[in-house]
Amino acid sequence: MEYKDYYKILGVSREANADEIKAAYRKLARKYHPDVSKEPDPETRFKEVNEAHEVLKDPEKRAQYDALGSGWQAGDHFRPPPGGGARGRAEGFSREEADQFSDFFSSIFGMGGGRASRSSGVGGAGMHADPFAGRGSDQSARIRISLEEAYKGATRQLRLAVPDLDAQGQMTTRTKTLNVRIPAGIGEGQQIRLAGQGGAGFGGGAQAGKAGDLFLEVEFEPHPFFRAEGKDIHLTVPIAPWEAARGASVPVPTLGGTLSLKIPAGSQSGQRLRLKGRGLPGKPAGDAFVQLEIRNPPADSAEAQAAFEAMAEHFTSFNPRATLGV
Amino acid sequence: MSTHISALEGVILDERTVVTVTELTQVCGLSLEQVRSMVSEGMLHPRGGAPEQWRFTGIEVRRTRRALRLQRDLELNLAGAALALELLDEVERLRRRVRCLEHRLGDFADADGAS
Repeated sequence: MEYKDYYKILGVSREANADEIKAAYRKLARKYHPDVSKEPDPETRFKEVNEAHEVLKDPEKRAQYDALGSGWQAGDHFRPPPGGGARGRAEGFSREEADQFSDFFSSIFGMGGGRASRSSGVGGAGMHADPFAGRGSDQSARIRISLEEAYKGATRQLRLAVPDLDAQGQMTTRTKTLNVRIPAGIGEGQQIRLAGQGGAGFGGGAQAGKAGDLFLEVEFEPHPFFRAEGKDIHLTVPIAPWEAARGASVPVPTLGGTLSLKIPAGSQSGQRLRLKGRGLPGKPAGDAFVQLEIRNPPADSAEAQAAFEAMAEHFTSFNPRATLGV
Repeated sequence: MSTHISALEGVILDERTVVTVTELTQVCGLSLEQVRSMVSEGMLHPRGGAPEQWRFTGIEVRRTRRALRLQRDLELNLAGAALALELLDEVERLRRRVRCLEHRLGDFADADGAS
């Protein structure tokens, strides 16, 4: 396994005191918290930072870690000292904690090295007994789909690394393959909850805890011309000047297929038309918004030049910049 | 290492999904007391009068989970988590707005100007 440089992860020197470590940790925790961060792959960084803090904030663990020596570089191949993992306290470790630490951490501190339990949330610790002792951890994953898939629905195969206990009661990682149905009309950023598809519950036989849940967050792949805003789909449609001036029926793509759109006579660039119910499906379905953009044909021949000249001669009093006062 | 294959349909956590307070506590792993505190802090807005009649949307399930994570990981108190959630919502709203405006502006080309 790879050696982890906890000092480097927190960006502190090996001589840093407890206050410096805490300040560095707090700053990085806010920066990489997956609910807050816009950094790439914040989950991995956040776990690393937490693990480094878990070790360096505790004088006993820090001493144990320091005893490995300072000659290591991050990523070096690391072989745990004999008996290392056995020293951890076996009792009172929280399952969710143990999932979050690396093999490197477990090899030094054992499974019992994690915080006994985190006071999760409102009102602080001790307010209630944890009703989910034995329940497996919840897992989150992101799933990227195209707008077409969001429109029609899709089935996606997911491969997830889930924590599990092997026959000897050791924590291992198991690869689980799931076929998940993405319902038609799902929106960007929406979450799908798959009950019981997270980490396995622990405890054996009839006392086995319930498995945790899997939460999938949906992301859309960028589309060459459609843009989703909630359930609505936005699209820019280029039209010719004569189509704008005289009105026309033009073909426009929508997620459900090509439609004929009636452009009113006297349309201008930037004008928006709504195709009700032609966005992502749902109750109610989203709309498709078409923004018109007038495109001129190229004036690349004498005839084409003459056509534009004729327009200029005809519209002598037309000032497209009248609203600018020039 | 083993492989398990199944076809699954989940529940979309949106405004149309409705859960009771018991379901909320089970899905998010928190106590009724914690839910009460979050409601009185104005973080959750259930329909219904008494806690037994409270109904939460799927959006609020997500908010609750997010609030719990922020509290736990950043050691925020309830008011701090409530503020963080509101600011994160606002950031998200503004990001969407920026994306939309950027799209409308399109690409600018440099031009020569003379007076």
